[in-house]
Amino acid sequence: MAFEIIESCVNCWACEPLCPNQAIYEARPHFLINPDKCNECAGDFEESQCVSICPIEGAILNDLGLALNPPGSLTGIPPKKFAELQAAQRAA
Amino acid sequence: MELPVLNNIAPDTSKDGCSAGSCGSTSDQMNHLPEHIREKVFNHPCYSEEAHHYFARMHVAVAPACNIQCNYCNRKYDCANESRPGVVSELHHPVQAVKKVLAVAATIPQMTVLGVAGPGDPLANPQRTFETFRMLSEQAPDIKLCVSTNGLTLPEHIDELTKYNIDHVTITINCVDPDVGAKIYPWIFWKNKRIKGREAAAILIEQQQKGLEMLVARGILVKVNSVMIPGVNDKHLEEVSKIVKAKGAFLHNVMPLISEAEHGTYYGLTGQRGPTHDELQALQDSCAGDMNMMRHCRQCRADAVGLLGEDRGSEFTMDKIEQMDINYPEAMKMRAEVHAAINEELESKRLARESKVQLVNIQGVQNKEVTRPVLMAVATKGSGVINEHFGHAGEFLIYEASPEGVRFIGHRKTTPYCEGGDTCGDGESVLDKTLKVLAGCEVVLCSKVGIEPWGPLEAAGIQPNGEHAMEPIEDAILAMYEEMRTAGKLVQKSAEQQMAA
Ligand code: SF4
Ligand code: SF4
Repeated sequence: MAFEIIESCVNCWACEPLCPNQAIYEARPHFLINPDKCNECAGDFEESQCVSICPIEGAILNDLGLALNPPGSLTGIPPKKFAELQAAQRAA
Repeated sequence: MELPVLNNIAPDTSKDGCSAGSCGSTSDQMNHLPEHIREKVFNHPCYSEEAHHYFARMHVAVAPACNIQCNYCNRKYDCANESRPGVVSELHHPVQAVKKVLAVAATIPQMTVLGVAGPGDPLANPQRTFETFRMLSEQAPDIKLCVSTNGLTLPEHIDELTKYNIDHVTITINCVDPDVGAKIYPWIFWKNKRIKGREAAAILIEQQQKGLEMLVARGILVKVNSVMIPGVNDKHLEEVSKIVKAKGAFLHNVMPLISEAEHGTYYGLTGQRGPTHDELQALQDSCAGDMNMMRHCRQCRADAVGLLGEDRGSEFTMDKIEQMDINYPEAMKMRAEVHAAINEELESKRLARESKVQLVNIQGVQNKEVTRPVLMAVATKGSGVINEHFGHAGEFLIYEASPEGVRFIGHRKTTPYCEGGDTCGDGESVLDKTLKVLAGCEVVLCSKVGIEPWGPLEAAGIQPNGEHAMEPIEDAILAMYEEMRTAGKLVQKSAEQQMAA
């Protein structure tokens, strides 16, 4: 039972001070969660704190590897639109 | 433009003409502010376009985290509407930030204000922000601090915030209606939960308003920024403006939405457009006249270091700073000298040119500072501007400037001191006549005054002035009045002196 921060993390520090278990630490290229310390906030908070403040869709995964903030869930940007932009930027 | 020009009103009937008349709207904007705040506003380099060319400010990026999402922001970059779009600032640890500030302030003595604005929200990073402030308050007490925030956690941090040398706080307030807010803010992080939609907007609005009130109550200057989003909050911002001003914000600054698709923001990707120049202008005008003061500030780049129009940021990269040997106490002495010299220079220029009707009204009337009325003569060919040479004027328009504003008193005819041509043959005797005509006036404003009449005018107690050539008459008169007020020339004269006038 632990979450994972992946490369789409923008190192914004928002999650780090909130973790009740000090499981999150600064690292490069992106922040990381120590799986031994993370208990998904069980018993501490109703909502997992890192997941609740992270502004980046898809940056934090559950133990099944699923995005806890899936595309479109935070910004409201339709994932298709975002993919189009990314494709355009890659082409440029 | 609402200038209290009370044309053709007899001098002694107009004393209270203004409170019900045209200048009310201007003074309304500021008359709710306590005196010490008004003073700060008008003596502060950052609020004057001209002073902007003398003083420098800088930002440090110590606050990466944010606690809300705005639809005009893509958190992969710095906040597009508060700093520079599409760029990520070099993040500073507080210790590094302080080092950088000291290095810049020692090298560029004009540096007066340090801003903490992001790239996230300073108050969503309270430890980093306040550590920076604490160190700077100790090590560089001559630097003023300013903070820009979304306001969500302002109330809970207010006590800590007021401990430091905070010059002003900027709150970005885009709405006071949760239904509008729901279209701007998809979520907030509040009390350990992510809250979405209208509920989120309602909480944010409540905290912003509370924070604004608390800051004002503690005498901290509050500026409100709003991002104008056509079709979302454009109509609504007039109401926002009224409310924040009524609560004591000294300035409301409306900025246009930046929403390029390539920034990857919600608005950018869903085709929400920004306002046209005209739309922005119309809203700014309809909100208030005093927004003029901040228009020069809109383009301020968050990462720029130095005076307006220059960027010396590359001189202050972390590795270069590490090499620098800074003796700040020494630097502080030099800084104080530089600031004093700038202030002196500005004192004459800035106040004369920039102070308009508000200054006279606010500092004169609401301050309860009794300044006496002054008669001024104006040489003009018409068009409402000062565009006639002293020597060519066949008549002077006489105005009275007072805390209530500017009143037209009447015309006074004379013989032009230089009757046409280039020669001023019998100028002396004609000048005598003009001096009589101008009796009672303390200033004569013209597009140009020759050297010859200068001395006799001054000797007669009439200050010649050609610095306001081509300026609107009322503006120039108010500027002169303010200059005289600042110079301490407007304290009530004794009764007999007034009689003589
Ligand atoms: S889920 Fe909770 S415990 Fe786990 S890393 Fe995030 S904040 Fe820490
Ligand atoms: S909040 Fe998200 S983006 Fe920010 S550091 Fe944590 S995981 Fe990375």
